[in-house]
Amino acid sequence: MPKLTLRVNRQTHTIDCSASTLLVEALREQLRLTGTHVGCDTSQCGACTVHVDGASVKSCTMLAVEAEGAEITTIEGLADGDKLHPMQAAFQEHHGLQCGFCTPGMVMSAVDLCKRVKAPSEPEVRTWLEGNLCRCTGYHNIVKAVMAGADGMNGGKP
Amino acid sequence: MSGAEGIGASVRRKEDRRFLLGKGRYTDDIVLPDQSYAVFVRSPYAHAGITSIDTRAACEMPGVLAVLTGKDTVDAGLGGVPCGWLVKNKDGSNMVEPPHPSLAVDVARHVGDPVAMVIATSKAAARAAATAVAVDYDVRPAAGNLDTATAPGAPLVWDAAPGNICFDWHIGDPATTDAAFAKAAHVVEIELTNSRVAPNAMEPRAANGHFEASNDQYTLYTTSQNPHLTRLLLAAFTLHVPEHKLRVVAPDVGGGFGSKIFHYAEELLVLWASKKVGRPVKWTSERMEAFVTDAHGRDHHSKAQLAVDANGKFIGLRVATLANMGAYLSTFAPAVPTYLYATLLSGPYDFPAIYAEVKAIFTNTVAVDAYRGAGRPEAAYLLERLVDKAARQLGIDRIELRRKNLIQPSQFPYQTQVALQYDIGDYQATLDMALERNDHAHYEQRRQASAKRGKLRGFGISTYIEACGIAPSALVGALGARAGLYEAANVRVHPTGSVTVFTGTHSHGQGHETTFAQLIAERLGVSIQNVEIVHGDTDRIPFGMGTYGSRSAAVGGSAIVKALDKIVDKGKKIAAHLLEASVADIEFKDGQYRVVGTDRVKAFGEVAFAAYVPHNYPIDTVEPGLDESAFYDPKNFTFPGGTHLVEVEIDPDTGVVEVVDVTIADDVGVIINPMIVDGQAHGGLAQGIGQALYEEAVYDSEGQLANDSYLTYTMPRAADLPMFKVGNHVTACTHNPLGVKGVGETGAIGVPPAVIGAVLDALAPLGVTDISMPATPEKVWRAIQAAKAATGKKA
Repeated sequence: MPKLTLRVNRQTHTIDCSASTLLVEALREQLRLTGTHVGCDTSQCGACTVHVDGASVKSCTMLAVEAEGAEITTIEGLADGDKLHPMQAAFQEHHGLQCGFCTPGMVMSAVDLCKRVKAPSEPEVRTWLEGNLCRCTGYHNIVKAVMAGADGMNGGKP
Repeated sequence: MSGAEGIGASVRRKEDRRFLLGKGRYTDDIVLPDQSYAVFVRSPYAHAGITSIDTRAACEMPGVLAVLTGKDTVDAGLGGVPCGWLVKNKDGSNMVEPPHPSLAVDVARHVGDPVAMVIATSKAAARAAATAVAVDYDVRPAAGNLDTATAPGAPLVWDAAPGNICFDWHIGDPATTDAAFAKAAHVVEIELTNSRVAPNAMEPRAANGHFEASNDQYTLYTTSQNPHLTRLLLAAFTLHVPEHKLRVVAPDVGGGFGSKIFHYAEELLVLWASKKVGRPVKWTSERMEAFVTDAHGRDHHSKAQLAVDANGKFIGLRVATLANMGAYLSTFAPAVPTYLYATLLSGPYDFPAIYAEVKAIFTNTVAVDAYRGAGRPEAAYLLERLVDKAARQLGIDRIELRRKNLIQPSQFPYQTQVALQYDIGDYQATLDMALERNDHAHYEQRRQASAKRGKLRGFGISTYIEACGIAPSALVGALGARAGLYEAANVRVHPTGSVTVFTGTHSHGQGHETTFAQLIAERLGVSIQNVEIVHGDTDRIPFGMGTYGSRSAAVGGSAIVKALDKIVDKGKKIAAHLLEASVADIEFKDGQYRVVGTDRVKAFGEVAFAAYVPHNYPIDTVEPGLDESAFYDPKNFTFPGGTHLVEVEIDPDTGVVEVVDVTIADDVGVIINPMIVDGQAHGGLAQGIGQALYEEAVYDSEGQLANDSYLTYTMPRAADLPMFKVGNHVTACTHNPLGVKGVGETGAIGVPPAVIGAVLDALAPLGVTDISMPATPEKVWRAIQAAKAATGKKA
């Protein structure tokens, strides 16, 4: 099987990888980064969202080989050691998660939004999250968390 | 406890950190040494004879360890998947209870019915080999949905069930109900469908079975809401392995909403296959597979009549419901349209007479069972739509008609005509609170403002009740349940005063690791940081019946409180000895044992230490250790209820419905963690609005599911929903020690009729009088066009 080198969470990994392996499969099954989840087969749910060169990508829509040379960040690479990223802290503070399954994708997607828009409005957050499904929260607290997380990323209190 | 961590505090959740860091441990995350993978070959037909299965090519493919068929399960003596509830017909005979083989043997009875199981060393190899299994089907006519299955001459799902009738059941008194209708001033009739929905927990089901030959031990990791029930059913019915050789672990579970209550064939098959291939076997559902294998919810068709006297008082209710069971009876399926539905038909109203008949119907579809609310949403939807229609027909305001008929606080305990006795509630208070918070007084201004923007605004209301805290074992046993529905807890105080609680309930989003820790903080004065809540492992937890039916706090929490009572009492005896006082003179408060009226105290931690280091100890009368278990069997159901108000805006040109306001006032009993309670309400509301406006699992007459992915099944998304205004008015449950009722299902129960009521209110000026769930833009647009055409004709 061909070798592939991936940069994930600031570390370099060399893995055996077929041409058809999806990025999410490489992350979960080979690098055992199981925080990235698979919730559907049609690229609708967003539970597998990661960052590729800083932009959010559904890792089920990308082949692992396409990610070679890119800087990939998964949910495991977001916190600063023991210190939660402001978006993670905001999700806890505002009860933006229940079962936790959609959470990694939600957080990764939200971080990307807040890098693009410093203080997103409620409609902006709701529209941006179009690609992330949650079945537990009714999105109410997720929206609050993302807006607070934006504040946190700007140095405010999450 | 005063305070920061006890009952009533919005403590931030302890479990969040691992989820936020990507360190949750869900079933599919678990990879065991020598892991192998299973993929199922499933029937693409709703009804088909299986004439042959040729597995030879698949068996020879690389990495394949085994290909197993229904015949292999028969040869091995595996049991069929059992049903957990026996409902009797009107004449006292038993329901038709067909077999449910884990792998279809001669006949496939729904799309997705498993026909063969391929096990290989990798998922990719198993997938590839599954496509090489050659199955010859003899396709038969199918009873693809309720309409097809109940038509004259319909194809039979089971020969043993003529007319596809599983049971024909009733409740209430037909004679008094007939008498009520005979003297009614008005009779209001309605016929409606409660649409079928797919549960769609975001984590697809998965199961990893591991047989260890060294000690004949089976371990199952599974996405379950109740691992002990799964173990019980595996032991007693399907795998036939005694419980001491069987461990079931439900680790982090990504949502359930009912769909993960049930024992599914895949759980049995991975365990059995693991012994056969000598390696652990893991199956993970794909989403499309989930759509055709997870038990669905709702799917009723009902006709109902309401008898009203000249003063607008309800005097009788008659209901006839057809309920879709699917092809096989899932674990609690028969209970849902009977004891969880028809017993709720009195709603929050004072009804002197009710008679309900329910026919359960087999169809060639995946099973229908409990989904968030389970029967109670169907009851609330029927009743509230009927009350709205009565208001229109009688020319009475919808709010006033409800007010006139709500059970008064002085009437509790209130015995309904359909078996339940409500212990307490204050339905006027929740109605008033919701109207005030919604600023209903100014609704007309809002309507006019919408009209100026070209939008049709509508207002909807639902006053609802539910029964949860499931359930008194003797009562449900008399009604056909084949299990007890108590709960168990073990509270283990460690020598240095920290605490581990083992609970038989299971948290898959509900936040038990926090709320249950708050009970310990409240009662023992121990910080929640020093409390661990353990759930989801039959080897660690004494027993339990899991989490569903909003039962965890009311039943599981009560079991914990019972165990805590024992801890506190034992601690008193130890403290009395240490303080050289009589037990009667010891009180326990704020984490301290005190000789009443003195400053002589022993901290809880000191007493715990003494219990494990019993040097100065009442050893002749008190055993060492501080570790107590309790089982709690509830005395009654609990009865949350409330008022849900919805305002919508409809674009008349496109039919798009926008939910612009959702204001609810619930009474869920005493609240342990307000933040978590509100979060539960939000999630239920989203699922209720989802059913009302977006979601429907559509089976055609041939039994093909038309929408089996997120491309075609419309899940509510963030932009589809508003912020929710959630309020609570508390009346404490009278029969459990915490006074809690339950909140898991309220949103999904109360809100659908309010949404549809709002849509119909908005469309009423155009002459639209009925619309079915989901009120999609197409349906709304067509209703508008039809009404316009009808008005045009009249003019």
